[in-house]
Amino acid sequence: MASVTLEKINKVFGRDHIIKDVDLTIGNGEFVVFVGPSGCGKSTLLRLIAGLESITDGDLKIGGDVVNELPPRERGVGMVFQSYALYPHMTVYENMAFGLKLAKENAETVDGRVMSTARILQLEELLHRKPKALSGGQRQRVAMGRAMAREPRILLFDEPLSNLDASLRVQMRNEIARLHNRLGSTMIYVTHDQVEAMTLADKIVVLNGGHIEQVGSPHELYQRPATRFVAGFMGSPTMNFMPATLVSSDHLGCRINAPGIGEMALPQDAQHLSKGAELTIGVRPEHLRLAEPSADNRFDIVNVEYLGNEVYVYLDPKEGDTLIVHRSEAPSQWKEGQAVSLIPDTTHVHVFDQNGKALPATQASAAA
Amino acid sequence: MNQRQLAKIAKRVGFWALIAVIMVYAVFPFYYAVITSIKPSSDLFMVELWPSNWNLDNYAQIFSQSSFVRAIFNSIIVAVSVVFIALLLGITASYALGRVRFRGRSTIMLVILGVSMFPQVAVLSGLFEVIRALNLYNNPAGLILSYTIFTLPFTVWVLTTFMKELPMELEEAAIMDGATPWVTITKVFLPLMWPAMATTGLLAFIAAWNEFLFALTFTLTDTQRTVPVAIALLSGGSAYELPWGPIMAASVVVTVPLVVLVIIFQRRIVSGLTAGAVKG
Repeated sequence: MASVTLEKINKVFGRDHIIKDVDLTIGNGEFVVFVGPSGCGKSTLLRLIAGLESITDGDLKIGGDVVNELPPRERGVGMVFQSYALYPHMTVYENMAFGLKLAKENAETVDGRVMSTARILQLEELLHRKPKALSGGQRQRVAMGRAMAREPRILLFDEPLSNLDASLRVQMRNEIARLHNRLGSTMIYVTHDQVEAMTLADKIVVLNGGHIEQVGSPHELYQRPATRFVAGFMGSPTMNFMPATLVSSDHLGCRINAPGIGEMALPQDAQHLSKGAELTIGVRPEHLRLAEPSADNRFDIVNVEYLGNEVYVYLDPKEGDTLIVHRSEAPSQWKEGQAVSLIPDTTHVHVFDQNGKALPATQASAAA
Repeated sequence: MNQRQLAKIAKRVGFWALIAVIMVYAVFPFYYAVITSIKPSSDLFMVELWPSNWNLDNYAQIFSQSSFVRAIFNSIIVAVSVVFIALLLGITASYALGRVRFRGRSTIMLVILGVSMFPQVAVLSGLFEVIRALNLYNNPAGLILSYTIFTLPFTVWVLTTFMKELPMELEEAAIMDGATPWVTITKVFLPLMWPAMATTGLLAFIAAWNEFLFALTFTLTDTQRTVPVAIALLSGGSAYELPWGPIMAASVVVTVPLVVLVIIFQRRIVSGLTAGAVKG
């Protein structure tokens, strides 16, 4: 177990600058999830920590020591690969014992570690099978067992569940969470699936284009996204974005005007922006209310999706092609073809400036 | 019986007839060699598909010659050494060429392919000088060296193709487990590469076993010769007699190990040769 510190980490492949000045501190025993769209550099960042790629610039510390130049085996990290990468010619036991034997542990230690790891992962029955005789979930557990058997200080997971079918994925997600609770070791997990990120993480790191957009707990990221990118990435269905302009602002908050919806008073601090500045407001589907239409607030319902426990109502946005989504508990009174007015819950409206940065709440409103 | 059934039967008959033709074409020469080898020398020039009387005198005769037994022994040493050296160098080279990224990798691959295109005769005199300079003339080691030169390009090329197909994550998993490149090759890749190794090893063995030109040029005495040369130099009772019986017996003796090897490895050869083509 150990903490991990990244200081101004950079990675350049030829002409491509993949990782740009990443600073991050991962505490001892934390479960950290790197999440982002494909090509955002999350896997590269994990491989830099593992030692499978060299760091172009910056310092990587594990347990306080700079490990930039150390090979993977001396960093004390274990890794679970997306394709599992089990050695096909070895039994489950041999797969888990391979690293221990290479570390020249004596036979008793090897056996003890493999057996105790197998017990934790419920692999005892399978120890003498070859990987081809295992199911997907079992292979996944063996891959974790192989990474755990050497008792690494840090466990790395590179999209470990993306090869499994949906129901198995939920089950393995739970197993990984329980494993973390039991072992208490530092884990770093890469995924593009925001549900996995939300459910597993103590701390989520959202990456975009090689830099960190935001670091925080799942709750923080969902409730207070720092940028429009994070707001759009976390949550499903995704947040609704609408253009707006600044009408006025003071130390208590601001008034903005969203075309088609009308003026609203919000608790955000916009005093550094000039009147008439172009903004984007973001409202999650559950923070919208639908009501009878009025002359200047009127949207057409283009589709209604019934999911059993809840209903998604899709509205024509008038501008742009991204439909506005409203989420409510089933049943819903609204039907396709009806017109409605949109009333956002102003305590849950996010405001982003032209650079995509979220406006913070005013101190007065934060205190209240 | 209607026309469709007739056509079906005709197709089937045609198919088997074709196979029979191919079989005869491919197997008949060898069959005739076997027949000739067991005929007594008096019947040698009687054309018949089934020998009217037969014995194993020819076999007894060739095995009573110590030079022939010695030649078989030389051939085994040469061929086995060539296979061993070619596979060892081939595996390590293919790891470098298939797995390590470095400048000029594809150039090296092309040069390797280019080397294998030279006809043997073209390099014969040059190689002769090399072998004399290394003091390997009339020595099986000289043959091992020259055969290795000709089998390595193919071995490296096939093994590199195969090595590239092995998943990258497998190697990375080995690295995470603390394996050095040598351990990765021997403990992780080698067990997965047996089909390719069997294929290339067998082809190298056949090439070394059957090679004639170098073997004739680079050896001088009976004790150093390999089997193909020994067969060619078998002489009869007088300068005017070619000893067909013993020659055929010797040829059969030399061919049988190859046939046995191919039968043993045939499944692996097929999977080895197609390994690069289709995944899984």
